[in-house]
Amino acid sequence: MMTWAETLRTAWEAIRTRRMRSALTMLGILIGIAAVMLTVGLGQGASEKVTEQISALGSNLLVVSPGSSTAGGVRGGRGTATTLTVTDATALANPAVAPDIANVAPVSTSQQSVLAGSQSWTTSIVGTTPAWEQVRARTTADGRFFSQAEADSGAQEAVIGSTTASQLFGNRSPIGDAMTINGQDFTVIGVLNTVGSGTTGDEDDQVVIPFQAYALRVATTANTNQTSTIYVAAKSQDTLSAAYQETNQTLLTTHAVTADTADFTISSQQALMTTVTSTTRILTILLGGVAGISLLVGGIGVMNIMLVSVTERIREIGLRKALGATPGTVLRQFLVEASVLGLLGGVLGLALGIVGALILPSALGQPVLISPVAAAAALLVSLAIGITAGVYPAGRAARLAPIDALRSE
Amino acid sequence: MTAPAATAHAVPATSGGAAVAPPEHGGPVLSLTDVRKTYAQGQLEVQALRGVTLEVARGDYVAIMGPSGSGKSTLMHILGCLDVPTSGTYRLNGSDVGGLDEAELAQIRNREIGFVFQQFNLLATMSACRNVELPLVYAGVPRAERRRLAIEALERVGLADRIEHRPNEMSGGQQQRVSVARALVTDPALLLADEPTGNLDSVSTNDVLGLFDELHEQGRTVVVITHEIEVGHRAARMAHIRDGLLTEEALS
Repeated sequence: MMTWAETLRTAWEAIRTRRMRSALTMLGILIGIAAVMLTVGLGQGASEKVTEQISALGSNLLVVSPGSSTAGGVRGGRGTATTLTVTDATALANPAVAPDIANVAPVSTSQQSVLAGSQSWTTSIVGTTPAWEQVRARTTADGRFFSQAEADSGAQEAVIGSTTASQLFGNRSPIGDAMTINGQDFTVIGVLNTVGSGTTGDEDDQVVIPFQAYALRVATTANTNQTSTIYVAAKSQDTLSAAYQETNQTLLTTHAVTADTADFTISSQQALMTTVTSTTRILTILLGGVAGISLLVGGIGVMNIMLVSVTERIREIGLRKALGATPGTVLRQFLVEASVLGLLGGVLGLALGIVGALILPSALGQPVLISPVAAAAALLVSLAIGITAGVYPAGRAARLAPIDALRSE
Repeated sequence: MTAPAATAHAVPATSGGAAVAPPEHGGPVLSLTDVRKTYAQGQLEVQALRGVTLEVARGDYVAIMGPSGSGKSTLMHILGCLDVPTSGTYRLNGSDVGGLDEAELAQIRNREIGFVFQQFNLLATMSACRNVELPLVYAGVPRAERRRLAIEALERVGLADRIEHRPNEMSGGQQQRVSVARALVTDPALLLADEPTGNLDSVSTNDVLGLFDELHEQGRTVVVITHEIEVGHRAARMAHIRDGLLTEEALS
């Protein structure tokens, strides 16, 4: 019986003898494997990034927005409704009422243009309380955040994002500089740390000012008590559901509504994470499926070339059989040849995938993750494709009668 | 062509051990008794062999001659265990070949028969040495041992200086010598040559026939199938096949 080492050696020689053809055949598998690895890697990278962003925002964060998303959909999501007030935020901040809530920050936002000297920049103006810093898990890279006393006194101070700072003030430190929002003068007292884009837009491009100053000087509405969103931070992730219950109960009471007629919606970052992750997953499956089809086409290529190879080598097969190759040996020979083609394509595809995973992130601005499990799976799949594609051609070779094979020209 | 499975049930599976014949056997190397071979060609039944009886003793040198269509090729296929008879018995080196399956026939071919073909049938991508090694590969002989035996066989056919040459770097006569070396390397019971000089010029023909003479003198059993009378006359015995029947001619 022919040894496995000898079978492998013969297969390798057959592949090497037909270099160009073998290379093109492997290219099919190579592209397929690399495409699958990169799409799946991109999907995993994206969901990892989103998860990271969301947890950077604080995984113990609850977001209260006006309007309701009742399942019936009748009163669903009036986004523009202005049912939340600073009074609500104050009620939630009371530890006697809501012991599991650590911090509460009412937030009102609008897009406005900001003037600093001759520089103008349109960005989002955020009016909030000093608790915002803790609730959104931010720090100041330069200067400081405004204090409660300053906020209460209606101080016209601003903490700005790093992008906003460079747009308005260039590379110099903007601390102590003046800027104008809606015709009102504000003094820059701090620059926020850089965190990149998040689920709520560019976190580095915003101007954070005290709520009082926002409501009185900047806001376009007359109602100074009104707020667009309330951020609620639970004491820890474990007390998140308790904090949720307390928030819900408090707001139902202060608004004098029942659960059925609630005019607000509480969403957790967790829920958001689930939505985003499942969206990403669907996209990954879709793209991965398309890439998978290219892999299938690659497999058909291997089968095709193996069939050509068997037809071309009929005389050789006949000779080998005459010299003592059993049908089993011939079958194994061609199966191994197809497997080597598949596996080799897989190894090269994996290499291309890894190179792509190193290069693509800087080009796309998206991380690409290739896990060891995915790499191992890619190799197994390419081997399986090789074997599957080899079965039929190898079977044909094994069944050839030696006399017919020897006689063919 | 016909499937060997047709007669597979004739011999119980337990007799598979018969495939492994003792290396030294006192009786004739091959004996055919009333061997018939019938092919179905569409509706028509073609009787390629119509009762061939032949015995070849150890060390004999037999030429089987006949025109094309005489059943010569069919007889060669049966002698070479590339095909099995429809009826009759064929004993090779003492064991009955009838009713063996394809894998068992492959092993018999590997151990008992050395083939020399008209077309040489050397693999173009391999050196002379590796071509000669090929039957040993299927016998499971380790690499170093294989190479040693192959070089020995090439030396025996006078190609000691062509060991690493590829077939396309050699003349027709040299290529046929390589295939003779390949036939000898397993030390088979029978050297079976099918039109061995059909593709050779007269010089190379003499060369190869001289080699057969030498092998005969060394005690090898040689069967040559040919249609060339001068090739037939070099043998110790000559048999003619015509219309599927064998007649022997006494040689002086």
